[in-house]
Amino acid sequence: MTGNINAGAPRTLYDKIFDAHVVDRSEDGTCVLYIDRHLVHEVTSPQAFEGLRMAGRKVRRPDQTIAVPDHNVPTTADRVQGIENPEGRIQVAELDKNAREFGLNYYPMSDVRQGIVHIVGPEQGWTLPGMTVVCGDSHTATHGAFGALAHGIGTSEVEHVLATQTLIQKKSKNMKVEITGKLLPGVTAKDITLAVIGKTGTAGGTGYVIEYCGEAIRDLSMEGRMTVCNMAIEGGARAGLIAPDEKTFDYCKGRPHAPKGAAWEAAITWWKTLFTDEGAHFDKIVTIRGEDIAPVVTWGTSPEDVLAITDKVPAPEDFEGGKIEAARRSLDYMGLKPGTPLSEIKIDAVFIGSCTNGRIEDLRAAAGILKGQHLAEGVRGMVVPGSGLVRLQAEEEGLDKIFTDAGFEWRLAGCSMCLGMNPDQLAPGERCAATSNRNFEGRMGRGGRTHLMSPVMAAAAGIKGHLTDVREFMAETV
Amino acid sequence: MDKFTKLTGIAAPMPLVNIDTDMIIPKQFLKTIHRSGLGKNLFDEMRYNADGSEVADFVLNQPAYRASEIIVAGDNFGCGSSREHAPWALLDYGIRCVISTSFADIFYNNCFKNGILPIVMPKEVVDVLMDDARKGSNARLTIDLENQTVTTSDGQSFAFEIDSFRRHCLLNGLDDIGLTLEKSAAIDTFESQIAQSRPWV
Repeated sequence: MTGNINAGAPRTLYDKIFDAHVVDRSEDGTCVLYIDRHLVHEVTSPQAFEGLRMAGRKVRRPDQTIAVPDHNVPTTADRVQGIENPEGRIQVAELDKNAREFGLNYYPMSDVRQGIVHIVGPEQGWTLPGMTVVCGDSHTATHGAFGALAHGIGTSEVEHVLATQTLIQKKSKNMKVEITGKLLPGVTAKDITLAVIGKTGTAGGTGYVIEYCGEAIRDLSMEGRMTVCNMAIEGGARAGLIAPDEKTFDYCKGRPHAPKGAAWEAAITWWKTLFTDEGAHFDKIVTIRGEDIAPVVTWGTSPEDVLAITDKVPAPEDFEGGKIEAARRSLDYMGLKPGTPLSEIKIDAVFIGSCTNGRIEDLRAAAGILKGQHLAEGVRGMVVPGSGLVRLQAEEEGLDKIFTDAGFEWRLAGCSMCLGMNPDQLAPGERCAATSNRNFEGRMGRGGRTHLMSPVMAAAAGIKGHLTDVREFMAETV
Repeated sequence: MDKFTKLTGIAAPMPLVNIDTDMIIPKQFLKTIHRSGLGKNLFDEMRYNADGSEVADFVLNQPAYRASEIIVAGDNFGCGSSREHAPWALLDYGIRCVISTSFADIFYNNCFKNGILPIVMPKEVVDVLMDDARKGSNARLTIDLENQTVTTSDGQSFAFEIDSFRRHCLLNGLDDIGLTLEKSAAIDTFESQIAQSRPWV
């Protein structure tokens, strides 16, 4: 397998990783695909472990299964005293019980390494190039930044992977998303990924695995690449991938579960074969010029409702078909009038965090805008680091002080307000500038209104009290 | 898992596009450690007011559609999270089939694991089925998985495509973990191969 990965017809990166993991292929193309890493959290796993227990089955590879509570965990300091919500407490206790009973790699709530599963996996070196990675969570696509084939699965599939270390899969089609050239100042990985969804729509990637490529992608840090791949799912794709390069290897090197010594050298040799061959076939190609991407925000309740911050709130009639009614419903829910400049939309809250933008680089970027500034009157702000280690790193760099001086709450790690399963939620009608990934109705709390954007845009909005073009802000402060 | 062979039932029209999994079953109901009991909270925030009373004009609250077993939906049904609670809630309510022009990938997979048949049809056909569903409880759709057809109350019949393995599992109510475990020897062999070729995994 290592020797001949590049033999035969030209293949895409996705083709290569998929082929390297096929255990069995039926005549109709249904494959049994081997899974290298299985990440588990408390919300989508209890029924899977219960199913296992009822059938008298074991976890086939507990050594390749990594468990961490993240969705339900409170982000306040008093969480050591336990979770107040009884159901949430039971879910985390179940994960604790299952992780110990089945002997999984486990980062409990009290462990400094605990955090959002998609931040912990790469941070601990569990996620490596060329792997298959799954988790009962749609944002598993994040790990594609390493050139790993990573996607979300449902609870029945979680049980399937626990029992067999495989998934039943049919191959998706190949889609290439190329971002050419350079990004302009104030434009970030988040703007890239939102701009792509704005262009292709939330079903544009359905049936595909996306490979992101082009100079603007190559120029991104690993953190930025994770942000881009994280939202592949919002574009409907099964997974998003970026070919590994020196940046990837540098990021992996020395991580607790990355290979060492001779194994590292062997791994690097194989990882360097993980690229799309010249002439490989893509079923769909989307190209965007990096220079054409502006800082963007969402105005509606679908991640495809993306516009440059310099635009205005659209009217339902600007759309076609079923989207007209959907836009009408979105505008009503969001409390917005067509024609309003986006930069005049007042906000009540700022959320910086999530598996999309809860990494150290995101916190540095937001702090860069917030240094010496303060949240506008009446705006509340929350920074939730993606992991305990991100939090520690930020504190070492003094970022926590910048956030708290600016009036933000500095929280412990977890998914938090991104999906509001813990107490961090928006009140009905409350409007939030958020670095998370979904602006669905009720996502951050019933009646809550979410505008998705990058960490620098969220920071700028917090200071001004309304959605703001961070570029003006940068000009003001430089 | 229950078999799915043939179903004649009331179809609820839900033409809204991008009905996401947060709409199907909001997050506050994901705290359960069981698969059952989610039907009462299906479409919770569309179906109930904040005080718990029913939203009168929501389709499943209308007398004609309370006993729906089929949903005819707008594009990209089930987008969003991987929560299997979405098909669990649909199933618990009594929905066994959803018809749309497209489904989000994970939701689509999850349906098959729970005996729910998601049917993809072209826009023109979904439009016809949506109109039929709007006729209320006297108009019943018939779904025949064996013959891969959907038939309207006035006898128009449309063929649909479905993956042969998934069709086989649904028709027979098969648990695919059991099927994969029959291939344990192949998995053992694969693992010993990668232990040699990719020892760092």
